[in-house]
Amino acid sequence: MEAVLDLRGVEKQYPGHRAVGNISLQVPRGAFFSLLGPSGCGKTTTLRIVAGFETPTAGEVWLNGERIDHLPPYRRNVNTVFQSYALFPHLSVRGNIEFGLRRRHSNGTQNGFAEKVRHVLQQVRLDGKEARLPSQLSGGERQRVALARALVLAPDVLLLDEPLSALDPLLRKQVRAELKDLQRRTGVTFLFVTHDQEEALSLSDQMAVMNAGEIEQIGSPQELYQRPRTRFVASFLGAMNWIQDAGVRPEATRIFPDMLQTPNGTGRHGVVTGATFLGSFWHIDVKLDDGSSVISQTPAQNAGAAAFSPGDRVRVSWADDDLLRFVS
Amino acid sequence: MLATLAVPLAIIVVYSLLTRGAYGGVEWIWNPENYLRLIDPLYAAIFARSLAIAAIATLLCVVLGFPLALFISQSGRKNLYLSLVILPFWTSFLIRLYAWMFLLRDTGLINTLLVKAHLIHDPLPMLYNNGAVILGLVYGYLPFAVLPLDATLERLDKTLLEAAADLGATPFHALLRVTIPLCAPGIRAAAILVFVPCLGTYLVSDLLGGSKTILIGNLVQNQFTGARDWPFGAAVSIVLMIVAMALLFSVRRRGEELL
Repeated sequence: MEAVLDLRGVEKQYPGHRAVGNISLQVPRGAFFSLLGPSGCGKTTTLRIVAGFETPTAGEVWLNGERIDHLPPYRRNVNTVFQSYALFPHLSVRGNIEFGLRRRHSNGTQNGFAEKVRHVLQQVRLDGKEARLPSQLSGGERQRVALARALVLAPDVLLLDEPLSALDPLLRKQVRAELKDLQRRTGVTFLFVTHDQEEALSLSDQMAVMNAGEIEQIGSPQELYQRPRTRFVASFLGAMNWIQDAGVRPEATRIFPDMLQTPNGTGRHGVVTGATFLGSFWHIDVKLDDGSSVISQTPAQNAGAAAFSPGDRVRVSWADDDLLRFVS
Repeated sequence: MLATLAVPLAIIVVYSLLTRGAYGGVEWIWNPENYLRLIDPLYAAIFARSLAIAAIATLLCVVLGFPLALFISQSGRKNLYLSLVILPFWTSFLIRLYAWMFLLRDTGLINTLLVKAHLIHDPLPMLYNNGAVILGLVYGYLPFAVLPLDATLERLDKTLLEAAADLGATPFHALLRVTIPLCAPGIRAAAILVFVPCLGTYLVSDLLGGSKTILIGNLVQNQFTGARDWPFGAAVSIVLMIVAMALLFSVRRRGEELL
């Protein structure tokens, strides 16, 4: 699949501080691509470089086979959904959505507008609300206007800067699903920035994990979760038990009551220090005999799971295949 | 607080309904004619001239003040520039007007230089006319426009400008379609802050204006000095106040504060 967006060695250096460096990635056309990382990792800076609000100090940005890194934002065929939505308060929903169309067709041919606006309003389910002002809309509705305003311009890539973080948790899951559905239906390439690994894992076709201005790994969500290449990627995407140089995921461990205390059983021996019920599974904290601590995750269906209480002697085992080893 | 405002106002209202004393002051004789006298083309012309000059000065202050405020709000040295704008207030306005007279009059600096450079033969009449009054007003009241405009521009959400650019607006379009509409309240405030004082000005018109440039302020001042007709002066003042308030009221938007 060809790449609609291609970043080559992009760097943004400030006096005394390098925001991003060595950023190279290709976003396939029609993909939902996420940039995931903690605050300050440079993911928003990268997005802003693609949008044109920052100029890279090194590297190139290619869109659809053309170099765009020296173009101002108003000449790039990418559009942004801002974290704060940035809706124009003095314009109605219709006015906001038409804004880009008017700029483009400033010679006055406004015939196609009404149809395009109507279509995008339907896509984000805001029909009937065209005349309202942003101040008269709910948070979720405002987000949809921000989406519609960008989508109506048919950008090559839609840039989304943590669009779900301003929503309350209940709304977030619902909007997340709608967003994925919208992307699939429209086929527009999405470049999505977030610090929430659950969002990234559930939404993306491909994702890049960033840390301290650099990309640690790029791949599909399954790849990154199951075969992380660095300790950072491993622990950022999910809980990890660290046993010396290697790690194992809590859900990959099995836990058994260790009545016999024989050294023959595979796995490590230890004592339960706590058990937390989390609805569909239990987290059982175990202090191993060698001193390290592990968390074992076991499904609540597992009949024995409820029986573990602090002080019980247990055996925690895992398959060698599930052990993740890292070079550093 | 209200008393310090109400008492002098009450005095003026009362005076306006009395009769002039022979040597100034008032005689306590009821005389509503002061108001009727104002229905005279002469006075209508004075009011019209004052309104026109104030309007032009206000327009110029806003048109010149906006780019200045825009520059200040976008620069890194906002405090420095704002201090420079306010700096003239540290000197007497009267002295600054005299400085303008020195520059503008027939034997003043500008004309002397132009004549000496053989660019003109006869000096340009830059003083003692309506133009000079407008110049003086704009010079004096420009800061009154710049400060509220700068305040409004500072409060503008810069992300909106990024959004405008993102959607295809050049900086000029963003200025026209986003910045200026959103600054409308600030522009109204600036206009009011300039227009009202300009309407009642008398110092600028006294020093820079000619004998034909009689404004309301000069009329009032004259009544309280040379003409010794305090009641009439008071009546003119009250009418000026009513006209100004009527204008202010007519530009109010629903529920919006005036400043």
